[in-house]
Parts: sequence; structure tokens; C-alpha cells
Amino acid sequence: MYPAPFRFTRAKTIEEAETLFGKSQDARYLSGGMTLIPTMKLRLVAPEDVIDLNAIPGLSFARRDGDRLVVGARTRHADVSASPEALQAIPALIHLASHIGDPAVRHRGTLGGSIANNDPAADYPSAVLALNATVKTSRREILAEDFFTGMFSTALEEGEIVTSVSFPIPRRAGYAKFPNPASRYAMVGVFVADFGHTLRVAVTGAGPCVFRHTEMENALTKNFTPETAKAIRISPDGLNGDLHGSAEYRAHLVGIMASRAVEAALA
Amino acid sequence: MTAITLTVNGKTVSADVEDRTLLVHFLRDQLRLTGTHVGCDTSQCGCCMVHLSGRAIKACTLFAVQADGESVTTIEGLAAKDGTLHPVQAAFQEHHGLQCGFCTPGMIMMATDMLARHKNPDEDKIKKELEGNLCRCTGYLNIVKAIRAVAEA
Ligand SMILES: Cc1cc2nc3c(=O)[nH]c(=O)nc-3n(C[C@H](O)[C@H](O)[C@H](O)COP(=O)(O)OP(=O)(O)OC[C@H]3O[C@@H](n4cnc5c(N)ncnc54)[C@H](O)[C@@H]3O)c2cc1C
Ligand code: FES
Ligand code: FES
Repeated sequence: MYPAPFRFTRAKTIEEAETLFGKSQDARYLSGGMTLIPTMKLRLVAPEDVIDLNAIPGLSFARRDGDRLVVGARTRHADVSASPEALQAIPALIHLASHIGDPAVRHRGTLGGSIANNDPAADYPSAVLALNATVKTSRREILAEDFFTGMFSTALEEGEIVTSVSFPIPRRAGYAKFPNPASRYAMVGVFVADFGHTLRVAVTGAGPCVFRHTEMENALTKNFTPETAKAIRISPDGLNGDLHGSAEYRAHLVGIMASRAVEAALA
Repeated sequence: MTAITLTVNGKTVSADVEDRTLLVHFLRDQLRLTGTHVGCDTSQCGCCMVHLSGRAIKACTLFAVQADGESVTTIEGLAAKDGTLHPVQAAFQEHHGLQCGFCTPGMIMMATDMLARHKNPDEDKIKKELEGNLCRCTGYLNIVKAIRAVAEA
């Protein structure tokens, strides 16, 4: 399958990428290409310009910055998985990154591409939201709370580029997903982050967009055990029902994945 | 058209490619390296797997222009110059790790990548690492056996 014709340009800097984007009638940035290229091949999108971000220096790293872990937007899932800094700071993030898709997908796919795409079943959005991360872009900083605005949509403006994500380091955290057996995307994934003073739970895969579960947060704040998570009745209202599973099934999975995430955080 | 220069199986190659040409088509149609297969064409099956600068990737999900300046290894680049099979190729033969052979180049490129990243992967690890490689014939048992044999050797 060939995509529709387009012009490919390798940007050398963020500024150059934004300028190229501004000059084009219809441009897309290319990071790992693990979403963009399949959708172009299916001709769901047919940009005039593809602006490659892969030659821009300084976008691939994971480093400790005080009480935060900062990860560059073009850091590939395999590199996050193998990062000693990330392992030391937020082991749950390593678990998440190393369970995205398969090894070849992890060799290309990137953090920035994943959150910019905001697939309802993607893994990373749950970590960004549960850890209350800050998304840094070519123009500003956006709080996780404001970043994910709906199904496949984010607060990013036309041409705005994600450059890094800054994750506050929690006291303990855990991630558990029930992968779709074919694609490995999350049927349901739950990220639990305990900061001592606050506790946040983010759910992906279950609804049209990643969301926080406040009832679960309140219950786990009082009693941080897998049983507490499992005991909460999750309403299927507004959850996804499709050929892979009903809304009721996904609601049930939220409790189970949350309990496994707590178990992982306690381990 | 864009002019690209890359290393393929150790040789420098220069060519003009349409920007939308996928790496797998460049390898198969322009370079006539037809060992790399197209199975699903939707990034799922791993039949198109090659190494891009040392890492296993799906060549149906990368534009040839993205490989400009990089090095690519395909199944044709694994055996020694005198034709001696790579240990993973030999193990697939020895342990009947293939039937029709369609998935085999991708399986072997993944296996060599996996063995470079993991010292001595056990059966469970090997199965997880083969997540992105589909085989419609073997039931995977002998594929896993072949990779285990190389890991143990
Ligand atoms: C077989 C397969 C299995 C997968 N399984 C999973 C899974 O289990 N879990 C999961 O979460 N994901 C999964 N994915 C998706 C994968 O994680 C992708 O890497 C991710 O969705 C997109 O990241 P990318 O770097 O490839 O982005 P690209 O495909 O390059 O880009 C995606 C979109 O984001 C935009 N973009 C990219 N980078 C930036 C940036 N820095 N700033 C602004 N916009 C940007 C692009 O223009 C494009 O619109 C899978 C993909 C495949 C092919
Ligand atoms: S042909 Fe590339 S993954 Fe199937
Ligand atoms: S041997 Fe036939 S598909 Fe694997």
C-alpha cells in the first residue's frame, strides 16, 4: 500500500520544523511513524508535507531534574524502557513503556507521538495524567489536566511541537493494562500514582479519552490496597463498547486493573 | 524524487526514490532484495522486519527516505560471504523452525535482534519478544526451540 504523494523534509531544528509547517497547506510531523505511516497508507490522512522530527538534536533523553523525571518527546519506547534514570525514578513508567506493542514498534514509537496522537487506548496518556506531568512544547507548558481534550484530540495548536514531558516523581506508582490480544493496545489500562499528600488514578482504554477516577482516588487515599480498588463498583456509563468488549466488561476491567496497579505499586 | 545514500548489507547504495516509497518496496523492487516479505502491510505481522542501524524495525512502516544516511541489514546480509549460515539461520533449519517460510526472514531478523539485547532469553521471554511476528504455519514451538538453542549455545 502506498500513501498519496507528499513532500518529505527533514527538519534540523524545532524552529525550522515550525516554519516549514507554517508554509505548508497541510503538513504533519513525523516522529516514530508508528501511527502516522499506517494511517497514511490507509489514506485516512494525506498530508502534502511530512516534516521529519528525527534529525532534530536534543529531543531524545530521560534525565532526573530534582524531584522530576524529564523525558524528551522523541525518546523511543525502547529507550525509556532501558533508561536507568527512569528505572530509578519511576519504575512504573518502565513497565508501561516496555509493554507498548512489540519490540519493533518500541524501536520507533515515541513519547511525543503517542501523547500528541492521544489514541483512546494508548498507554502513555494514563501516566502523564496520573503523574500530573507537564507537557513542554515549542511554545509553552501545558498541564496534563489541560492537555488531553478528547478522543484523538489535545490542547496542541496547529504546528505546535511537543518537546518533552516532565513527570513529578511519586512516592510509589503502578501501571496495569489488559492488552487487546491482537494489537496490545489497552482494552483498559490503569495508572495509580501515590505522592503521599495526593493520590491520582488515571484510566485509559475504557473511555473516549483518558480520565481520572476520583472515587477510586478517594478510596485509595484512605486505604491503599488492591481489595479497596476491586471493591469499587465502576459505572459503564460513557465507557467504550465495541467488538472487543462491552462497556460493562470494560467497567469490570477498570477495577481489576486498578487493583493490579496498586499491587504493583506496593511490590 | 529524493536522492538517498545508505548502507545495505555492508554496501553503500545510492538511489533516487519517491518520497512515499516504503523501505520494504525500495529493498524488494529497487534493490531486488526479495527476502524481506510483505505480509499484512499494516504493521502487525513482522514479515518485513529488517535492522535499521542495528535495531529490528518493520520496513513496511518506514519511508525509504528515512533510511538516508543509515545502515540497513536484511536477511540476505546475515550469512557469511562463503555462504555459511548465520547461527540463527542454521538453528531454524536444524529445529524445523519453518514450514512455508514466509514469516522466516522476519522471525530471524527479530531473533538476532532479541539475542543481541538479551543474554539468555528463556522460553517465556522469547514468546514475548515475538509479539510482533506472526506465523500461520508452525504454531511457534519450533521457532522458540530454535532461538532457545542459539541462546544456550
Ligand atoms: C502494531 C502496533 C502496536 C501498537 N501498540 C501500542 C500499544 O500497545 N500501546 C500504545 O500506547 N501504543 C501502541 N502503538 C502506537 C505506538 O505507541 C506509536 O508509537 C504512537 O501511537 C505514536 O507515536 P509515534 O512516535 O510513532 O508518532 P507518529 O506516528 O510519528 O505521529 C503520531 C501523530 O503525532 C504527531 N506528532 C508526532 N510527534 C509530535 C511532536 N513531538 N509534537 C507534536 N505532534 C507530534 C504526528 O504529526 C502524528 O499526527 C502501536 C502501534 C503499532 C503499529
Ligand atoms: S508487512 Fe510489515 S508488519 Fe506485516
Ligand atoms: S512458516 Fe509459514 S508463516 Fe511461518
